[in-house]
Amino acid sequence: MSETHAQTVAFVRDTMLAPEPPPVAESGAVKWLRENLFSGPVNTVLTLLGVAIIWFLVSHFWDWFAHSVWNASSLNECRQIIIETWGEGARGACFAVIRERWNQYMFGFYPSALYWRPTMAFGLMFVALAPVLFSESLKIRRTVLVVTAVVTLWAMVQLNAPGAWLVFAAIVLVGGLAISERHVSWLLIFSVLYPLLGVWFLWGGSLWGPIMVLVGPLLGWAAWTLVGRFSALLATVAAIVVTLLWWLMFASRAAADAEGLLSLAIPFVRSDQFGGFLLAITIGVAGIALSLPLGIILALARRSDMFLIKSMAVIFIEFIRGVPLIALLFVASLLLNYFLPPSTNFDIILRVIIMVTLFSAAYMAEVIRGGLAALPRGQYEAADALGLDYWKAQRLIVLPQALKISIPGIVSTFIGMFKDTTLVTFVGLYEPLKSMSDAVRANIAWKGIYWEPFIFVGFIFFIICFGMSRYSMYLERRLRRDHR
Amino acid sequence: MRKTVFLGTVAAASMVAGIGMADTLADVKARGELNCGVNTGLAGFAAPDANGNWTGFDVAICKAVAAAVLGDPSKVKYVPTTGQTRFTALSSGEVDVLARNSTWTFSRDTDLRLDFVGVNYYDGQGFMVRKDLGVTSAKELEGATICIQTGTTTELNLADYFRANNMNYQPVNIDSNAEGEQQYMAGACDAYTTDASGLAATRAAFADPENHIILPEIISKEPLGPAVRHGDSNWGDIVRWTLYALIAAEEYGITSKNIEELAKSSQNPEVQRLLGTTDNLGAMIGLDAEWAKRAILASGNYGEIFAANIGEQTPIGLARGLNAQWTQGGLMYAMPFR
Repeated sequence: MSETHAQTVAFVRDTMLAPEPPPVAESGAVKWLRENLFSGPVNTVLTLLGVAIIWFLVSHFWDWFAHSVWNASSLNECRQIIIETWGEGARGACFAVIRERWNQYMFGFYPSALYWRPTMAFGLMFVALAPVLFSESLKIRRTVLVVTAVVTLWAMVQLNAPGAWLVFAAIVLVGGLAISERHVSWLLIFSVLYPLLGVWFLWGGSLWGPIMVLVGPLLGWAAWTLVGRFSALLATVAAIVVTLLWWLMFASRAAADAEGLLSLAIPFVRSDQFGGFLLAITIGVAGIALSLPLGIILALARRSDMFLIKSMAVIFIEFIRGVPLIALLFVASLLLNYFLPPSTNFDIILRVIIMVTLFSAAYMAEVIRGGLAALPRGQYEAADALGLDYWKAQRLIVLPQALKISIPGIVSTFIGMFKDTTLVTFVGLYEPLKSMSDAVRANIAWKGIYWEPFIFVGFIFFIICFGMSRYSMYLERRLRRDHR
Repeated sequence: MRKTVFLGTVAAASMVAGIGMADTLADVKARGELNCGVNTGLAGFAAPDANGNWTGFDVAICKAVAAAVLGDPSKVKYVPTTGQTRFTALSSGEVDVLARNSTWTFSRDTDLRLDFVGVNYYDGQGFMVRKDLGVTSAKELEGATICIQTGTTTELNLADYFRANNMNYQPVNIDSNAEGEQQYMAGACDAYTTDASGLAATRAAFADPENHIILPEIISKEPLGPAVRHGDSNWGDIVRWTLYALIAAEEYGITSKNIEELAKSSQNPEVQRLLGTTDNLGAMIGLDAEWAKRAILASGNYGEIFAANIGEQTPIGLARGLNAQWTQGGLMYAMPFR
């Protein structure tokens, strides 16, 4: 071809032109800015307004943050340092209070020699959670468990944990990691045992207590198999009765006797020594773990055809939702004392956990009921058509879909509940936001400090709540089966 | 309102049931521990340190009672109570003694069925203003904005005072002392009012205490003292006379340093009776002879406790004022030990 035109055409390009850069207005940062920030008069005004607000905030608070003091033993020393470094009249944040009272914010008045115990319990919690939260992604699970193992062991060494317990924690953490590689469902056994272990690590006392609590369901199971030969209903009743009887009548005495034979006790820590984030996380985690199953049961009960069950669920949910949480907490801390015999020692944290759980379970039930209502009728009918009984239909067809729909609502309830743990300040427990900060301020060295504790505690709460919200988004993405 | 009535009814019902069998002393001895209701944190009066050890002016009362009854000032379980929970905690039996800077008033003593056993601090409500405001008397606060904690007796006192003097004010409601300081510092109010002891502590913590003054007027009586449940007079006696023992010890010059020596060698019959050298006063209230000696040893006599926690040598720097011994022109007057 080229030869054909060699004579007729004056110029033939034989190389490619280098590509021209796109016009300035259509590329790079300028394009992004035009499209996202200045795409029209209204957006331009809004952008400028936003920038002005940010500028206002930064210009007013920047110096306060920039002049932060992290090393001082009192507010006056902070002020001295700020004046010496930045001149007379300068202002600055005194985050030294966080540094000095760090342990108090984290553990409350927990004995300092035992700080490693809550730390270990917190680390092992992730081993227990891994098979539940990250059952499908090996990669994420591995990352979470490796980070947990390293951080937990490092923290335990820093907190002078005894060697034997270090070995124990290492075995559980590394063992959990190894098991999660191949047989993640085996870890569920640890997840079931963890609540008892966690309680034992936090409060201490004799290991026989949790063991004897565990014996209850085992005896119940034995009764169930024995009676099950005659009647299924009778077997269920027998199992429940035997378990409760054991717990109420015999468990504590059996634990005491066993403790007498072979002591498995670690130092006991009283509930009034709990405080700070240890308290908030203990109440929060227990409330979250208990309120979800309770909420599911309540939601199913409210949609039940059986009049008694349905009306009890409605009354419970509407009563709890109609009462402020603070009122329930006051009932837990004060009113119960009037009704219980004078010498009963009903643990205050346990009382608060029960109230918080009931409170968020009522909200949870309504969230999940929304999910149940959103399912097309066809799904229920399909389950019936397959000949599934009620529980199988719920377990295999209805709940997986309903819970998936409800994830954002469920997680909001969790987040709300976790933040509500700060309300226990009204019953004299040392939650981190107000009570602990007030206790710190009651020391004359830190009297007059105001924003720094709020900012610090708010920041930690933000990290935890933001983590929960990101996890819920991840879960929604993973569970999305349609419209891909 | 309805809730209050309900709580009150429950409280009254349980008290009626409790009167016949209340024996707090036996309960405390059986428990081996004194449950003492304290403030969740008030500088100088009750505050936990970084390790959870409680110190303060009110805490010293708890320690003294524990020492007198149980023989060990450390056998106290401190129950932090808030303004809302304090009286219910006492009447429901969660605490044995309430030493939480609570004002002794008629309705609390009668309607709430508490027994205030004495006064360990005579407080009163005052005002703090910026010096450059040019105000030297509370009478000049006409039209001022005033930071005031809601739900306290101070709120009512403030309204009474301004009405009595035919003046107007603009209240700025706050929830806690820390918030009050913050609002005052930020200029949200011209004056900050609370108990004078609290004002002194607040002022001491400012970066520029010299720019703030506490006005001379004290507009209310706030006698703060420990309280016990109505209906157990023996227990009330024990707490009352423990407090008197601390006050009397200062009057007679018994300190934690010279107490052992005085117990052996003092010729003063009052001192001998108080320390159990002669006569056994303790037996009359169900305790042993050396109860008062142990109470004084716990954290010193009243003057020592005052000096160590809120006195002029501490950052809070309160003068004795009304809280001096009656021999020094104050109101501290222990009934005779005889």
